[in-house]
Amino acid sequence: MSNVSKTERQAAMIREISGANPAKCMKCGKCSATCPAFDEMDIKPHQFVSYVQDGNIEALAASKSLWKCLSCFACIERCPRNVKPAKLIDAARQIVEREKGGDYLSPDEIPALLDPELPQQLLVSAFRRYRR
Amino acid sequence: MPVNEKTGEFTPKIVAFCCNWCSYAGADLAGSSRLAYPAEVKIIRVPCSCRVNPMFILRAFEKGADGVIICGCHPGDCHYSTGNYYARRRMTLLFSMLDYLGVESGRTRVEWVSAAEGVKFSTTMNEFAAKIHELGPNVRLEDLRCKNN
Amino acid sequence: MQRIGVFVCHCGSNIAATVDVKKVVEMAAREPSVVHAEDYPYMCSEAGQAKIAQAVAEKGLTGIVVCSCSPRMHEATFRKAAERAGINPFMVEIANIREHCSWIHKNIEEGTEKAIILARAAIAKVNLNAPLFPGESRVTKRALVIGGGIAGIQSALDIADAGYEVDIVEKTPSIGGRMAQLDKTFPTLDCSACILTPKMVEAAAHEKIRIYTYSEVEKISGFVGDFTVDIRKKARSIDATKCTGCGVCQEKCHSKKSLSEFNRGLGTRSAIYTPFAQAIPNVPVIDREACIKFKTGKCGVCAKVCAAGAIDYEQKDEIITEKYGAIVVATGFDTIKLDKYDEYAYNQSKDVITSLELERVMNAAGPTKGHLERLSDGKHPEHIVFVQCVGSRCSDERGKPYCSKICCMYTAKHAMLIRDKYPDVKVTVFYIDVRTPGKNFDEFYRRAVEEYGVNYIKGQVGKVAPQPDGSLLVQASDLLDNKQIKLKADMVVLATAIEPDPSVRPLATMLTASIDTNNFLTEAHPKLRPVESPTAGIFLSGVCQGPKDIPETVAQAGAAAVKAIGLLAKDKLTTNPCTAKADELLCNGCSTCANVCPYGAISYETKLINDHGIREDRRVAVVNNALCQGCGACTVACPSGAMDLQGFSNRQIIAEVDAICR
Repeated sequence: MSNVSKTERQAAMIREISGANPAKCMKCGKCSATCPAFDEMDIKPHQFVSYVQDGNIEALAASKSLWKCLSCFACIERCPRNVKPAKLIDAARQIVEREKGGDYLSPDEIPALLDPELPQQLLVSAFRRYRR
Repeated sequence: MPVNEKTGEFTPKIVAFCCNWCSYAGADLAGSSRLAYPAEVKIIRVPCSCRVNPMFILRAFEKGADGVIICGCHPGDCHYSTGNYYARRRMTLLFSMLDYLGVESGRTRVEWVSAAEGVKFSTTMNEFAAKIHELGPNVRLEDLRCKNN
Repeated sequence: MQRIGVFVCHCGSNIAATVDVKKVVEMAAREPSVVHAEDYPYMCSEAGQAKIAQAVAEKGLTGIVVCSCSPRMHEATFRKAAERAGINPFMVEIANIREHCSWIHKNIEEGTEKAIILARAAIAKVNLNAPLFPGESRVTKRALVIGGGIAGIQSALDIADAGYEVDIVEKTPSIGGRMAQLDKTFPTLDCSACILTPKMVEAAAHEKIRIYTYSEVEKISGFVGDFTVDIRKKARSIDATKCTGCGVCQEKCHSKKSLSEFNRGLGTRSAIYTPFAQAIPNVPVIDREACIKFKTGKCGVCAKVCAAGAIDYEQKDEIITEKYGAIVVATGFDTIKLDKYDEYAYNQSKDVITSLELERVMNAAGPTKGHLERLSDGKHPEHIVFVQCVGSRCSDERGKPYCSKICCMYTAKHAMLIRDKYPDVKVTVFYIDVRTPGKNFDEFYRRAVEEYGVNYIKGQVGKVAPQPDGSLLVQASDLLDNKQIKLKADMVVLATAIEPDPSVRPLATMLTASIDTNNFLTEAHPKLRPVESPTAGIFLSGVCQGPKDIPETVAQAGAAAVKAIGLLAKDKLTTNPCTAKADELLCNGCSTCANVCPYGAISYETKLINDHGIREDRRVAVVNNALCQGCGACTVACPSGAMDLQGFSNRQIIAEVDAICR
């Protein structure tokens, strides 16, 4: 399979996991205006959408933002278009995790994975996802 | 069973009664906005949803329809003030009887679509057609009075 | 046996691209009683209509089926063509193979098959059509305008100038509407009151115009040309014939703490009040909720000071019943509630205001006498932040999905006026897009930026946080710089989305006029009949139909007036002949039909009936064709099957069902 189809597959996966439709975005920037972790991010919340739309998933997956997002969902709360940037980044995070193998996470595995650098909320959101 | 000659797939016959003021205009809007729904749906224009005589629906099922949907103005918005309320009551009774006779409740539906709701018209028709596909061919009602003659 | 002609339209490529029209012609020709079938690129063209006339003459057609666009588009065209060709216009049926077929199906086989079936259904129906003859109804030569803002005033003036009587019903104590609340207007910066007041005075002085303020429409019955309307004239508690408008009562009133509706709750007013100085009529009303006399029975100071003896505490609501031929709806708009937008701190800080509130702050008659100041502490602001699209263009349940259209321009106006009057004040505007389609609009916006130094930043505000020192922290994004910025502001002005005035919803129900999910009234055709409701005799003026600025509103108000005048100028209207009809032989006089008829069109007569040789007097239903609107409720309710609807008869609809299910 070509690389194009892989990114297409990944972009489709992000849409599916997040349940968000990037095409609804009107580029108002309210997500970035809201984000408490904005300064720490290299790709800013309002840019997530265009990365997904352009199929630029690898760059998104490699970005620092993935691990700086607090999953506080303020952007989802305030987005006037229901685009859910935090869900997009959450989905990208999952793709990265899934490619590492092991789609599931059980409570016993968590202590070994704990990293003091990681925001607690991220763990909670990851657990919410991987538990299924 | 109505079947597409080429593909051999089930192609249901779906009759949609649309009131002239809201739903028919909603269907027109779906058309001018190019919002697709299956060609299996054929629309009959009536002045108001209250013009739909239960007899018409029985007749449709007798003639081989697989689904019948009645669309009218939203409650309170009827062009004739109260027509859609009559339709709602009549259809509740009829659908319940049809269910009893073996015509599944999914084959009949009442939906309110305003003149501005082209999108709703299209999604309603897509959903309804999908439901009919899922249910498969309908039992055929028969008018025994005609058979005995 | 009918002789039916079938005409299939290509509509250029609109139909022909996804429907094989030749195949439709071929299949239609095989239907029983079809004696002629042909296709033509544009049936609605003169040449297309001539084809119909030619076929009628040559083949002696008695019925016509046109397979074309929606009957809502061209049914009237083809009926007229048939009439000219010598056939009863109601012998024409349309098969809608464009909106309901070619435009939504991509597969040509599918489209063609469906078009053939739709043609068959129409042919089956025409086979059972009978000639129908419209009746006539009279036109009451008087119009009602609901809403006394600039839209209603303009419509009323235009109708009155054409010589017809007009009544304006306005629910607040004065006409003037939203425009009266504005300070200046874009893009010319005219003073709003200066251009509105003369119109208000003209309307009040016009001999053909009657104004009912502090009044609401309570009930509407009837139909185009002959509406009967009940207007509730709420008790003003003032005898308007005696009141001189001196204003002493307002000065002396002991209850002065009610929030002024006119000042958007930013200032107070007395319990007896006129909303603003230029109010028309200049007659106060007593707010009975706030009046001490009404609450406790004591006080009565207004009655004591009124030299004219105009105060009447006993006054009661009055119901006025009037007849009208046409109704113009001009109910206007309000700004949306901001309760769900916590992030902008509107409910937390007095210094976060809506743009309409800023209009009052900027106005010389407003709560601050036109002086720009913070409402919390009266201090002069150093930095004002404007936020665009607050609640507009939102796809969630908090806001409105549409663009409110006027905000970009009024924000540019506000920014410019502030910079002009107070050059020391810094003004920042956060926008998503600046939309300025309109004559001299973009130039106006550019002037705000280039000449007045207003700082426009592309990006939305994420949150406004009131600070302990009384300032406001504005956190926003700058998308072009890809930065998040935090600003200290003294005031924040929210360009709040507009929505149709809530009174329009119950009104639409009374009028049986279509309304959309955003509570804007639907027009009869979005392009070609933009000022008419699909309900005949109802015309739309101003923002009740969609967001508009003042020039557009005035233009539409004039257009609605012209349409109303066109109706009032007629002496008689032809009525829809598709009415119910009772078969006297089947009717048993049970009254079921009369009970469901929304128009009271069915009455009973005792008639001598000849039932297959048996002559007897029977009580039978009789339909008044002038009142019957042809909904068909009675036809289904009738237990004996005596009632049928002409043009949509049981047999016709069953024939269509049969043709579709064949």
